[in-house]
Parts: sequence; structure tokens; C-alpha cells
Amino acid sequence: MDMPKPEPTELSRPYWDALREGHLVFQRCSCGNAWLPARRHCPHCLKPEPRWERSRGKATLVSWVVYHTAYHPAFESRLPYNVALVQLAEGPRLLTNIVDANEALVADAPVELQIEWEGDTALARFRLAHVTV
Amino acid sequence: MSLSGRYVIAGIGHTAFGKLPGHDTVSLNVEACRHALDDAGVDKALVDAVFVKVPTSAHQFMYGQKVAEALGITPRMGGCWDQGGAANITLLSFAIMAIEAGQCDVALVCYADNPRTGNRAVYGRPRGDDAAYGWFSTAAGYAMIHRRHMIEYGTRPEDFAAVAMASRNHGAGNPNAQLRAPLDLDKYMASPWVVDPLRKDDCALVSDGGAALVVMSAKRAQQLGVAQPVPVLGFGHGQTSFELPQRATLTSTEAARAAHTAFQMAGARPQDVDVAQLYDCFTVTVLMTLEDYGFCRKGEAGAFVRGGAIAHGGRLPVNTSGGLLSETGMPGLQLIMEGVRQMRGTARLQVPGAKLCVVSNQGGTMHTHGTLLLGN
Repeated sequence: MDMPKPEPTELSRPYWDALREGHLVFQRCSCGNAWLPARRHCPHCLKPEPRWERSRGKATLVSWVVYHTAYHPAFESRLPYNVALVQLAEGPRLLTNIVDANEALVADAPVELQIEWEGDTALARFRLAHVTV
Repeated sequence: MSLSGRYVIAGIGHTAFGKLPGHDTVSLNVEACRHALDDAGVDKALVDAVFVKVPTSAHQFMYGQKVAEALGITPRMGGCWDQGGAANITLLSFAIMAIEAGQCDVALVCYADNPRTGNRAVYGRPRGDDAAYGWFSTAAGYAMIHRRHMIEYGTRPEDFAAVAMASRNHGAGNPNAQLRAPLDLDKYMASPWVVDPLRKDDCALVSDGGAALVVMSAKRAQQLGVAQPVPVLGFGHGQTSFELPQRATLTSTEAARAAHTAFQMAGARPQDVDVAQLYDCFTVTVLMTLEDYGFCRKGEAGAFVRGGAIAHGGRLPVNTSGGLLSETGMPGLQLIMEGVRQMRGTARLQVPGAKLCVVSNQGGTMHTHGTLLLGN
């Protein structure tokens, strides 16, 4: 069973194309506000034409859930799987998967970007960052 | 001049709750409105406004007009509103403000849906492109909030259980309730995960059914000889609007602003409230509403509910007819109806001498919020 795929629009295609090239990007307005997902206008000052900016891929784990029910057949074989909410160091928040074991997840843990492919789609997943001394 | 106390809920009505095969949502609305008009003792010919909440499981074009047509009413005002489960209190507020402005005289506010025998796909739907990560369902968003509440405040499974137990044990003796199985802590802890940290017993029922309110001025109710009008003392609204990942915080919402407006309108304080009907789509919603309304401080709802405060006989009985976890998963009107019964003194689990009831309605993943204060 095929995984559900994102459906890039004219607006969101740069985001998905960047992931294919190995980068996680977000939008930033000239007023400084940064966000995801893609919009035409800054939700703070309403100016159009935000620019795309590359994230360093460092984030914090805000919260996560573990699915014990598959709402789509493609996920049945992956149960129990997690979906996590992370906050990038640059500010924007996004939903993702943490590739580590569900039991290893800890609130507010530092995580880092790990781009993974599902078929022909590049996804922005994260792994627990192991702090080195 | 304040609207507080000058408008009433003159009648309430509802269909059976649970599985209702063979009924469409329009006919369920008609059935509920028929009972509400009977309860008010008001002739249909007097109704000149029909405010309808959109059926969650089946959005339809011009749905408010379909309901008015089936009721045989050509209203001056009416239509269909989409704001998730908070829409009921919004429509009641709109009805009161419209009557005050001379735009109509007697209003019906109603809602019906049939996701249980119809299509419940809306509750498990993919959430945009994030479905690629497995992000599906309404429950998952609440699970994300539930976990963050545990992280920030040390809220325990027992605290969420206390919310589920209050609704379930209050609903257990309600002959209209869809789920009449009492709940204790052991059963709650054994309840299967849906989306961890949400157990099945944390989640609202999926239900067919409908309900309706008749709204008019207190003066009109007196002229018409309405037997048990219940005055609306206050209402207020607040909308978080942003999708869950875009919120700076997961553990507070605009419910606080909604309640502030309502309490100010009523000239009352949270400590004056005798009984509460709080939107329990998921258990965390009740905990956060208790905090945001000021019944306890932020992060202290777990401690507040732990000692039985929200059970019948406690200092703030909550969801005395079973709420969304037991009576029916219908989003919100059952709570307003139970508030009306408590203020009439006719509730099955009546809180003796209750003079002030707060009702909360909430929509989306805590996107929207409405607060209602009823008196007697």
C-alpha cells in the first residue's frame, strides 16, 4: 500500500523541492517573522513575497503522540508509530516523525534533521541529538 | 443597557442519541425543533429566525435553508454557521443580538448530525500534507496537547481519568445517554490506546442525533406564558484560530478571553458558579477549561479534579448528564440543555439550589471557544 503523498502546489513546491535537494526551508518576511507552512502573505504584517530561508536543522521536541490505530492502510505495518511536533531553532514549528524508538522520546529534547525518502518523496524527519562533550 | 438576563432559552428539545439508522440530518433537526417548540409551548408560526450549525460529517451548501424549508418556516434571518463545536453558543449569541436589534422575534438554534450510521471519515481524516508523516484524525491533535499538559504541569493519568469518570458516572443513570457504563480508575487505566497518550475513554463518542433551543426575550416569554424560561446571563467568545503546529503554546487557549467576556457581562465570578457543563470532546479539554476559566490556576486542574470536586456532590459538579463522553458525542447542545435543566431545577442529578451554571463549547482542535452563563 502506497504512503499518502504531499500534493505540492505552486506555493509549497519550493519547500518539497528543497527537501529533495537535502535542505529544510521555511519562509521569512522582511519584518523578521518566520513560519511554516508556505503562505503568500506574512501573517504578522501581511506583506506579500516572503523569502525562503534554509534551516540549520536543529530543533526541540515539543510534544509527540504514538498511533495505535492506523487511519490509513499504509501505516498498519508501522504501528505503533510516532508523530512529533518540533520547533526549529529559527522559530517555525512543524509536524514530523522522530526516527528513534518511541520509548526514547523525552520532552524538550534536542533533535536534528534527518531527511528520509518514502518512494519518490523526501520527508523532513528528525533524530534525537546526542549531545557530545 | 446590558443584555444580561433580558433574553431566555424558552424551550429545549432533542432526538434520541446513539445509532439512528434511516434518519437524515435534516429530519433529525426537525424532530429536535418540534420537541423544543413543544417544550416552550410556542407555535411554529411565531418563529422568524432559524440558526443552524453545519453537520460536522457532511457539510452542505445552503444547509440552513434546507432545515428551514423542512420546518415549513420562511425566516427573516437564518443560515448555517461553521465554527466547529463552539458554533452552538455563537448561534445563541447571534440570535439574542438579532432579536435585540429588532431583526427577528423568536429564534430556533439547532444542530443535528449522523456520523455513527452515516460517514465518520471526518474524524479520521488526513490533515493536509502532514498525512505523509501519518498525521491523521481529530484525536491526534488533542493527544499532542494532552502530552504537553503532562510535560509542563505534571498532570497524571489519574487526573484525566477523573474527568472521564465524572462524565461517565453522571451519564450512567441517564436514560437518554448513549454510553451508560460507569467508569472507575482501573477500567480507565485498562482502556486501550487510540493515539497515546489518549485512551479510548478519553475520547468523545461518535453519535447520531440532534438538539434545538427556542430563544426569545424574557418579556416575550412572559407574554407567551412560557412555563420555564431560563435567562441567559452572559456569553463570550474567543478564537485561537491557528492550526496546532503554529501555536506558540499548546496548553492555553482563548477560552480565558471567552470566559472573561461572559463573566463580565453577567457581573459574576467563577467562584459564584454552582454547576458546570464543560465541553469534554477529550478529557484534556475539561482540565484546560477549568484553568482558563479561573476555577483553578494554570497547571493546577489535575489537583483540582483529583479529590472528586467535579463529581456530583463535589464543589463544582461537571457534566451532570454525561457530556460528550457518555450522553452523546453531539458537539455541545446537550451541555446547554443540561444547563437549562439545572437552572429549572429539573435535572436528573440536580445540584440543590443551583443559581448559576457555566457552559463551554469548543471547536476544532481548540480553535474556537464559546462560554455561556445561565441563571434562574
